[in-house]
Amino acid sequence: MTKIEKVKYLIIGNSAGGIGAVEAIREIDKTGSIKIISNEPYPTYSRPLISKYLASKCSLESMLFRPPDFYEKNNIHTYLGKTVKRMDTDGHTVELEEGKTIVWRKLLLATGGLPIVPQIKNINQRGVFTFITLDDAKAIDGSLENADKAIVIGGGLIGISAAEALVKRGIKVTIVEMKERILNTILDEQASAMAEEALRQAEVEVITGHTVDKVTGERKTKGVRLDDGKEIPCSLIVVAIGVVPRIELAEGTEIKINRGIVVDHNMATSYPDVYSCGDAAEAYDFIYGTNRLTPIWPNAYIGGRTAGYNMAGMKAKYPGGTAMNALNYFGLDIATAGVVAPPDENGYEVLARQNDGIYKKVILKDDSVVGMVFVGDIEKSGIVFGLMRDRVKVSGFKQELVADDFGLVSLPRDLWQERLEH
Amino acid sequence: MRKVYVKEEACIGCGLCQVYCQAEHSQSKDIVKAFKRETPRPLPRIHVERKGEVCFAVQCRQCAEPWCVYSCLTGAMRRDPITGIVTVDDDKCIGCWTCILACPYGALVRDESRKLVSKCDSCPEHEVPVCIANCPNEALALSTDGENGKARS
Ligand SMILES: Cc1cc2nc3c(=O)[nH]c(=O)nc-3n(C[C@H](O)[C@H](O)[C@H](O)COP(=O)(O)OP(=O)(O)OC[C@H]3O[C@@H](n4cnc5c(N)ncnc54)[C@H](O)[C@@H]3O)c2cc1C
Repeated sequence: MTKIEKVKYLIIGNSAGGIGAVEAIREIDKTGSIKIISNEPYPTYSRPLISKYLASKCSLESMLFRPPDFYEKNNIHTYLGKTVKRMDTDGHTVELEEGKTIVWRKLLLATGGLPIVPQIKNINQRGVFTFITLDDAKAIDGSLENADKAIVIGGGLIGISAAEALVKRGIKVTIVEMKERILNTILDEQASAMAEEALRQAEVEVITGHTVDKVTGERKTKGVRLDDGKEIPCSLIVVAIGVVPRIELAEGTEIKINRGIVVDHNMATSYPDVYSCGDAAEAYDFIYGTNRLTPIWPNAYIGGRTAGYNMAGMKAKYPGGTAMNALNYFGLDIATAGVVAPPDENGYEVLARQNDGIYKKVILKDDSVVGMVFVGDIEKSGIVFGLMRDRVKVSGFKQELVADDFGLVSLPRDLWQERLEH
Repeated sequence: MRKVYVKEEACIGCGLCQVYCQAEHSQSKDIVKAFKRETPRPLPRIHVERKGEVCFAVQCRQCAEPWCVYSCLTGAMRRDPITGIVTVDDDKCIGCWTCILACPYGALVRDESRKLVSKCDSCPEHEVPVCIANCPNEALALSTDGENGKARS
């Protein structure tokens, strides 16, 4: 006999998006029943901190995104370590792996992303890891005892964060990046070069313009072979080439899916009462003016928050999100957002300035900021990002944006006045 | 909600708010020691911006919809639902600076020696924040209800 439970708000995913949603729901609806389901067995933790875990084996408590009594205080029921197997939109039900059925009134798919794993020889064997969950970090940690050398496949944000953690554990790291430069989706050429230099200073080897053809060693990983035939020995491999939206529950339903689950300005999917956010969703990007994947923590939280308000019956509009990242790996401070390397076509204007390890670049289109890269001196980067988010016309003071002494006072009077009076 | 507003027309850019803020957030709470002898050197959480004739002090706007809190990767940034004050938990902050990129006021400061973000805490131990108490020209004022004479938050 299957057990049937009923709940007003069902949240699948116990991370940035899911927590953003329940916090908003509880602002509006103090008593409506809430359940959160996640196949990860932990209370909500900060996913980016798995790098800190791998580096220093910090406690789970220090990684928690909310205090341990969060669920109790907010009267939220959790199913942790449980996977949702099926979803029936018409029937308003989901089915858990173990056979339990849950009937919901409002549903949020905050299911995040899955790591992309290239289909190459021996990729599924021992010694090859992904780096997305705390359990991934624990598995890598468990393999470090006799390890001396690691290959990180992928020079994006996750790859760099894995590399930094491994370096801190005394492991020699080589990063293999397919494109010509690391962090190529969030940095321009100049900033990538600065990041690469910081990595080299930390004795990380960076190989760009190559892919890994196969993992060498049978059953036990011995190294990799690159597309040019070069073999590099290592005892462990971290695959970090990206994530794809985790959309399997929505597949085969009427919910519209493009690359991710498509949501409107209220974070509602095309099916009534079903919402989505975060890495799983394709939501409005205010720079591109269309729906896009922007798999970053702040957008997951803010999108979740918007979804939560709407689920609880308060109309709320997603302000839109664009790619934005602040990084501090290998001692280099970087803040980046939007279109960082504009296509070679008319209509873009680039302002840049560089001196002494400091690099500032702002990209304009139609007199508004559409992209930015700040390296070294990032303290005022938020002002520029704010102008970007508010689509402010900056033609009258654009040169100021990359100046050394840029601040609120560099803006026209009406703009700084408005900000000081906020 | 307790929030500091600056009157640009009264600010003379002397920087005393900065000095007192720095001392208040030091270990010794002594101006001279805080400046000359403490390591790591305490940081002011308010700063004076100047350009030509214009100058004013900037610190956290204690937003009702705080981008920094919504963007925080670790849960270190919180807005107290009762006081409305935005705080950072030093034990949870990892110095990723996402909040700095998220803050449209440029009000957050990198504490590079501790690798933490540093921000105005509205001086919870004082009836009036020290920046206001020590402003020689009454250019800083406290509002407790979001009313600053000109605009509502
Ligand atoms: C190492 C690393 C570093 C990062 N650094 C940064 C950074 O510096 N800045 C930044 O902005 N972002 C960073 N990110 C990205 C950020 O972590 C994600 O954007 C964010 O976690 C997305 O949140 P989410 O709520 O959408 O989904 P997720 O955090 O992916 O959580 C989704 C959850 O749903 C669960 N789930 C999915 N399907 C089911 C199911 N059927 N049944 C039960 N449970 C299910 C998953 O197991 C998972 O626990 C980093 C990510 C990693 C891995």
